[in-house]
Amino acid sequence: MNERNERIHGVACTFRKPADVFHAAEKVRDAGWTRWDVHTPFPIHGMDQAMGLERSKVPRLTLLGGVTGFITGCLLTWYMNSFDYPLVVGGKPFWSPIFPFPVMYECTILFAAFGTFFGQFILNRLPRHHHPLFDLPHFARVSDDTFMVVLEASDPKFHLDESRNFLQSLGGQEITVIRD
Amino acid sequence: MAHAHDSSSERPAILDKVRPAELPRPKLILNDRGFHWITDKVCGIVEEPTPLWWKVLFGVALFIASFTGLGLFYLVSTGTGTWGLRSPVGWGWAIVNFVFWVGIGHAGTLISAILCLLRQKWRTSINRAAEAMTIFAVMCAGIFPLFHVGRVWFGWWLFPLPNQNGIWPQFRSPLEWDVFAVSTYFTVSTLFWYMGMVPDLGAIRDRAKTWWRKAFYSVLALGWRGGNRQWSNFEMAYLLLAGLSTPLVLSVHTIVSFDFAVSNVPGWHTTIFPPYFVAGAIFSGFAMVLTLMLPLRAIYRLHDVINQYHIDNMCKIILATGTMVGYAYATEFFIAAYSGNAYEKFAFINRAFGQYYWAYWIMVSCNVITPQLFWFKKVRENHSLVWIICLFVNVGMWFERFVITVTSLANDYLPSSWGYYSPTIVDIFTFFGTFGFFSVLFLLFVRFLPLLPMAEVKMVAPQADPHAH
Repeated sequence: MNERNERIHGVACTFRKPADVFHAAEKVRDAGWTRWDVHTPFPIHGMDQAMGLERSKVPRLTLLGGVTGFITGCLLTWYMNSFDYPLVVGGKPFWSPIFPFPVMYECTILFAAFGTFFGQFILNRLPRHHHPLFDLPHFARVSDDTFMVVLEASDPKFHLDESRNFLQSLGGQEITVIRD
Repeated sequence: MAHAHDSSSERPAILDKVRPAELPRPKLILNDRGFHWITDKVCGIVEEPTPLWWKVLFGVALFIASFTGLGLFYLVSTGTGTWGLRSPVGWGWAIVNFVFWVGIGHAGTLISAILCLLRQKWRTSINRAAEAMTIFAVMCAGIFPLFHVGRVWFGWWLFPLPNQNGIWPQFRSPLEWDVFAVSTYFTVSTLFWYMGMVPDLGAIRDRAKTWWRKAFYSVLALGWRGGNRQWSNFEMAYLLLAGLSTPLVLSVHTIVSFDFAVSNVPGWHTTIFPPYFVAGAIFSGFAMVLTLMLPLRAIYRLHDVINQYHIDNMCKIILATGTMVGYAYATEFFIAAYSGNAYEKFAFINRAFGQYYWAYWIMVSCNVITPQLFWFKKVRENHSLVWIICLFVNVGMWFERFVITVTSLANDYLPSSWGYYSPTIVDIFTFFGTFGFFSVLFLLFVRFLPLLPMAEVKMVAPQADPHAH
């Protein structure tokens, strides 16, 4: 990274149509960029492939949550009804996987949902209330009807003037420099 | 077989000669509304000055909600004897109201989760409000079992928390399963609802002009930026939560039905209860969704995003589930007769012709007969009539729970212990007030949070397709 990029977060440009930003993303991907993103008001179908993104890692955290939940459900019911306070009910075993199954089932779902919910925010590095992008005046329109490609300065391919020209060649409008 | 296999791998030759007609798909968004129109419409609801009708309704809702406050205050300060519960009917309106409200919640999850897995795109414009309905309905439901425990300040004993007596909940009880099912349901529904709302809260934040509005929505939106790397995780998480909510919603009403089915009371001890309760829950929930959405659609002029196609679909689901419920009523009768068990036979004849016959026939006419009108297109297009039919369904489903709970308990095995249950004014106040409590929460939701999921509605617009011509 050269010196004059020090306080620059990246460059951004806007597009008006999903198809335009989609094709632009394919070109950025093919040019070999790694630190960049496409900001859109809604998820565009097929954009993950157009950007060359890997499959999301959220399912791993869901599985982790689910397994934790199931084990928690087993341990909870075993500890309370069989270990710490065993109580004879109808001469049946103190603990079996059958009678508390609804509890184990609900714990599995609850913890899997926690894994999914918090996993999504952790993987997305949220909450983060301050980000250089929020300083761009036209970033507010990205949650409305505008699409934005952002090339970050931390990418090894980044060079201010070349990146600007590259965005121009993609057909982007309102090319702006984002300062940190 | 081999021949059939060969031909299926190639494109049939006939397709080159004829051009198959495109199936006409009903439009989800009328009048070719663009992305900006959708943002303006939904954010406009939150941004406009508080309308007069909202203030009036909010006042009325608060007044009605105070009835629950009064009822509960009197109950707690005097004792559970102020409810109409006495032997042999130990479960009265409280459990009826609990099942009624939980059931209403289920349509929200059906719309947000099951229809999402089935890729029903029409769900997008109604799912946010339906999920809000779910959460608020579960809150109303929770009041009843909590206060039914009698000494409500010991309500926390239901949860597996250590207490000074050194004892734990007994997990053999279906009521304990219920605690886990309903609290999980509430938690997961809230997470799902909130996560889906984050991008839309970001959209309101980005348009905010005043300082407090910006601060309020910024905190809620968690700094959402709408980058595709975020969307990728978001969509995966959304799909997974839908996948988790589907078995959850089915299990919740199954477990609610276990409260009855695991006992050995005639009329309760049946294996049909879980599917029958789930169908009934979806039935009543959709009726409530239409009861709420039809007025909102008219007030906020949402006709382009909630159009006749959406209303048709919901009416058809009400028709289908209502018919299933009717079928379940018939099956119950048949099985009771076929079982050869005198107590079972009596329980069902007693339901229809015993001392609570009036409740049974209100239930049948509201739940089985009224929704059959939805076979007719003319009825589905007459929205006042749709709204009235939905009210009938709501009433009918409340009576269904009343019939199940009260008739079986009032006349069980021993004729010497039979009785007649009627609610007291405290019961009536407490239940009546929950409609106010629900409305207060729903009105706050309408006023301060995005009523329609903007991002999802934009996603199903034809211009959102990157391969569109």
